[in-house]
Amino acid sequence: MTTSPAVRALGDLAHQGAHAPAACDCAPPGVLADRPDGTVVRSGPVVAKAHAPDADAPALTARLALAASPALAGILLPPLAVPPTPDGLGQARTLEGRTVTLWPYGVPVDPADPDAAPWEETAVLLARLHRARPPHPLPPMRGPAKAARAVARMRAARARTPGGAAAGGIAPVLAAWRGLPGWARDEAPAPAHRAGFLCHGDLHLGQLVRHPVPDGPWLLIDVDDAGLGDPAWDLARPAAWYAAGLLAPEVWLRFLDAYRAEDGPAVRPDGDPWPELDVPARALTVQTAALAVAKSLAQDRSPDEVEQLMIDACARIACRSAELGAASTS
Amino acid sequence: MFQCPKCHAQMHTYNRNGVQIEQCSGCRGIFLDYGELESLTRMESQWVQQAPPAPPAPQAYPAAPAPAWGAPHQGGHYGGHHRHKSFGRMLFSS
Repeated sequence: MTTSPAVRALGDLAHQGAHAPAACDCAPPGVLADRPDGTVVRSGPVVAKAHAPDADAPALTARLALAASPALAGILLPPLAVPPTPDGLGQARTLEGRTVTLWPYGVPVDPADPDAAPWEETAVLLARLHRARPPHPLPPMRGPAKAARAVARMRAARARTPGGAAAGGIAPVLAAWRGLPGWARDEAPAPAHRAGFLCHGDLHLGQLVRHPVPDGPWLLIDVDDAGLGDPAWDLARPAAWYAAGLLAPEVWLRFLDAYRAEDGPAVRPDGDPWPELDVPARALTVQTAALAVAKSLAQDRSPDEVEQLMIDACARIACRSAELGAASTS
Repeated sequence: MFQCPKCHAQMHTYNRNGVQIEQCSGCRGIFLDYGELESLTRMESQWVQQAPPAPPAPQAYPAAPAPAWGAPHQGGHYGGHHRHKSFGRMLFSS
């Protein structure tokens, strides 16, 4: 990977956060992620993150304050205090117009061993997050916005690569998307009785770390999409994987049962949880399939077997849109 | 390649013992041409005459409610190196 100036600057910031100025033999900083919506660089015990360039600054400030709030201790990884800037003003740092934050390094879930993933711990953290009272005013969680963005990305990829090998996936994904209610497409607020809960907004297995290293408790990271909304959205990605036939029923039940045992409010305490999960899980299925089609088009390849299962699930969702009673508007 | 008349997903063609079967990738509905159902019925009766008694059904998973649009969950659905690797990536991305 070529090292961009932003990555080098983030590495320097992380390194400065790791220890006081002195000669050292620290290992060079390592890039943990470098995507348009976030660049993350680690130097030893400190991680520096440059947030999305188009992030809403007041909303991001409120989300970062949530991670720092004592009310969320033991649930969200708190950021490190920002060290004073060289000019002594102590302002929040920015880099090429992007807000920069510093975090302690935590051990992530081993991507090579998803079967060993902490499904129960994840469920317990989500239940506690959803039960917590918002400590201050917060923006809506960005789950529906991310689903809409994924569909927009697929449409843009189609415009660039019409007739690619993955073009057959576009119609079922769009058909499933059109059948969703407006709130799940980021076109209307969530129904009042489902809104108002603290939500992570982008839960997946990359959003957990053990801190302190190496065997501290699991904590949720990445509050960039967090806020108030329907807590079922945070269960909906594993629910979508299960519904598509990717996540084994016993793993799904471990996750769901642990969430219920911790009194999570997203689903009814007993019985069929799908009345609450249905719409968010449909939306996450569309989001996942839309990104898979967009990537396949960009790479001029067919969707792989797993991606095709998500596209197939969209076709079945489209067949059953009438169940939601959602007026198709586009 | 044609579209499912019910849900408009793509139909895929399979060959089962010389009988062409079109199955919808969406709703899993099956389309048979003229005479194909009779061919299948004929083969089934031959197979039943030859086949040994069926083994007992494998132990089912604990009952987990699923949405109406969910995939039919069948055992052995989750293995396979390729699937494992690709699903592993999906587990860790937005």
